Amino acid sequence: LAGAKSAVAGAVTMEKVTDYKDATTYNNFYEFGTDKADPAKNAATLPVKPWSVAVEGLVKNPKTFTLEELLKLSPQEERIYRLRCVEGWSMVIPWVGYSLSELIKKVEPLGSAKYVEFITLADPKTMPFVGSRVLEWPYVEALRLDEAMHPLALLTFGMYGEVLPNQNGAPVRMVVPWKYGFKSGKSIVKIRFTDKEPRTAWNKAASQEYGFYSNVNPVVDHPRWSQATERRIGEDGLFAKKRKTLMFNGYEAQVGQLYAGMDLKKNF
Amino acid sequence: MAGQMAGRQKWLLHPAAKPLIFIACLLPFAWLFYAAWSDQLGANPAEALVRATGDWTLRFVCIVLAVTPLRVITSTPALARFRRMLGLFAYFYVVLHLLSYSWFDMSFELADIARDIAKRPFILVGFSAFVLLTPLAATSFNAAIKAMGAKRWQLLHKLVYLIAGLGILHFFWMRAGKNNFFEVFVYAVIVAMLLGWRVWNHRAKARRRVSNNAVVGVH
Repeated sequence: LAGAKSAVAGAVTMEKVTDYKDATTYNNFYEFGTDKADPAKNAATLPVKPWSVAVEGLVKNPKTFTLEELLKLSPQEERIYRLRCVEGWSMVIPWVGYSLSELIKKVEPLGSAKYVEFITLADPKTMPFVGSRVLEWPYVEALRLDEAMHPLALLTFGMYGEVLPNQNGAPVRMVVPWKYGFKSGKSIVKIRFTDKEPRTAWNKAASQEYGFYSNVNPVVDHPRWSQATERRIGEDGLFAKKRKTLMFNGYEAQVGQLYAGMDLKKNF
Repeated sequence: MAGQMAGRQKWLLHPAAKPLIFIACLLPFAWLFYAAWSDQLGANPAEALVRATGDWTLRFVCIVLAVTPLRVITSTPALARFRRMLGLFAYFYVVLHLLSYSWFDMSFELADIARDIAKRPFILVGFSAFVLLTPLAATSFNAAIKAMGAKRWQLLHKLVYLIAGLGILHFFWMRAGKNNFFEVFVYAVIVAMLLGWRVWNHRAKARRRVSNNAVVGVH
């Protein structure tokens, strides 16, 4: 899956890209197990074909898109984003996709739509850990509509010039580079526009630890650990000091205005 | 039965038994060292080392707690001669565990480590277990037993029961973030059985004493 270099501001970092092997064998995708080596071992059963995504809720044109329709909806771009996990590690990944705003414009949200909810696949037959007590299934994530409309919010179909490997959220996922990784839902089957702030999977599991926004923020610690630093997988060797985490994961110039006037300690 | 027992005793009393077990206890360390050096620890080797050294600490605590029950149940007194070495290996792996965390996770920033211990209960519990294990390791030579007196020495070394509990709690809290308790449960059951046997054994002995006294009393 090829993408042209993106012209969106901030969309292509010059940092060293993480090895493909690391990016595809060190994953959080709890439907396939909680150990980060599990998804690569177990995700072969993910039923990626045929696939469709229902777009519904407060929109003028609700529609169920087949994957083929989605792939052709807008030109594919390559975006090289930093990925910061809430657990304190990071990667640099070349994704392929297009701004989610392209899809949003097609379905025309109503004036009352304030949030976009992403519902991901929860199929106990093909996903062995759906049904485990870790989280409530299906895994649900959400953005405010203006966040979802931001050109950096990427509807993603590929990485490293290929279609997404199953363990990375095939065949279609979100990538929201200024938020912790878990905000980017994998293997999406439904996108719903709502007027109320949706309750998201990790927020439901531990609301005092995972807020709705979950923007990368070095000065707001997780209740159980510091978020000031991170380890870049494959680069910061055993003896290297961890690197400093950047505000909004380094995308402050692009997304800072979305949060103007907000208390980010409260809205963590 | 008696022959089997004698055979086991003979093997355990062989001069090569101790060096062999010593080498076996070093194998996990040797493997981790080699794997780190040859880049076989996956995408996040620091995390892998911290976790593996923690796992091996817990395993050695279980092994050392198993010595006495095994010795009594199988009537193999020779097992006792390995207990000190196994206990010291538990300490060896917990030192590696603390060292990996302090070095690879915290770059030896003492202020950050102190803040982390204060902030994260599971780190505080793990660190407490390490602190409590230190006097046990430090008094594990004959002169210390002599200097302290056997009674007080034994009392001090009973701390290992508390340390085992703290180790399990540390592991439980660490896994609580992902609600993933299967391995924790396995270790907890093993430790509970090893400690439970001691309670049971203690009571059984007490009962035997009482009934012996009763028999004596009739006469």
